[in-house]
Amino acid sequence: MTIRQRVLVLYLTTSALDSKVVGWSRYDGTGRTTPTAGDSDEPPYTTGLDALLDGWRLIQASQLLPPSPGHEYDVSFLKHEFFFEQLVDA
Amino acid sequence: MARFVAHGSLRLDGIVPPEMNEEALPFLAAGLPGIPYGTPVPEAYPADSFPRRLLQIPEVAGALRSLVGPDPLVDHHAVHIRQAKEGNAQPLHGDAIIDVRTDAFDVQLMYYPQDVTLEMGGTLSVPGSHLRRTNETDTGRYQNLLGQSRLVCPAGTVVFVHHGLWHGGRRNDSDTVRYMFKIRFNPTVRQQLLWGTSDLHTPAVREELTRGFPWYEQAAGRLEVHNRALLWRQLTGDDRFDLDHWVTRVTNRPTAVAAARTADTAGGESS
Repeated sequence: MTIRQRVLVLYLTTSALDSKVVGWSRYDGTGRTTPTAGDSDEPPYTTGLDALLDGWRLIQASQLLPPSPGHEYDVSFLKHEFFFEQLVDA
Repeated sequence: MARFVAHGSLRLDGIVPPEMNEEALPFLAAGLPGIPYGTPVPEAYPADSFPRRLLQIPEVAGALRSLVGPDPLVDHHAVHIRQAKEGNAQPLHGDAIIDVRTDAFDVQLMYYPQDVTLEMGGTLSVPGSHLRRTNETDTGRYQNLLGQSRLVCPAGTVVFVHHGLWHGGRRNDSDTVRYMFKIRFNPTVRQQLLWGTSDLHTPAVREELTRGFPWYEQAAGRLEVHNRALLWRQLTGDDRFDLDHWVTRVTNRPTAVAAARTADTAGGESS
């Protein structure tokens, strides 16, 4: 049996894992699918928690970092990023 | 203009006439020589050349005049070609390098000479992303954002985008080669009240400027409106303009000294 990793990245509207999904990316270590930029308008899950309920394993979450002094009102990258994985038989 | 400040783009569907769109395909396929950065339009594009005639279409000329003013410089131009079934998309990006000007902006004209279907991989763009401070393809990890725009448009469509807008050519899954002609413009004048301002104080302006987008996080979405208010101050010269009190509240540092308390008002408090 050969195990490969599927990765799902969800961006949520707050730092809470059960808040709504506002962005998503997928990477498929099996090579069976080739997700890419702009390939769907509908998120795979409504919330981060929904991904857990569907069997995805959370492997990383964004840290909560205070803004740099003087840059409190700047906007930049999405702040609430959660990485999930599935291990699948390739 | 308020819509542009909120969205970071202005879309003009099918404004280029069919005969020019037919002319454009072989013209763009042949490729354009580069021009020196910062070339005035008349020097970059001689009279009667295709790009010059494109810029003289009234809707195009009017939008460009409103956004960057008279006599902009051509920063550069490029023909973007997405080959049929080429198998990959561009990563989401902002053009050039991180550009954090708060009192000026460049615009990019994107012209689509063909009908663009979803399958042809029309440009992906993210409404309201233009004020995000990110550098070029550092946003490449983001594949899809809620409320993103996947361009589907009729032939002859022109889109103007703020220099900071996140965008990328999507994967072309069709059998048709897709063309897009891009010109970046630099302003040569202060970008203040360059557009028709008869409706400047109507409710519709505030409605546009406070617009939220589905991909905004709850907290950062408030900062977006704060930052739009600051940009609108620059564009209008009105340094008291605000939206929902966001700027006023966090800059309120009174300097007036309160009148000394009298025995009647001091109450029972003590130090």
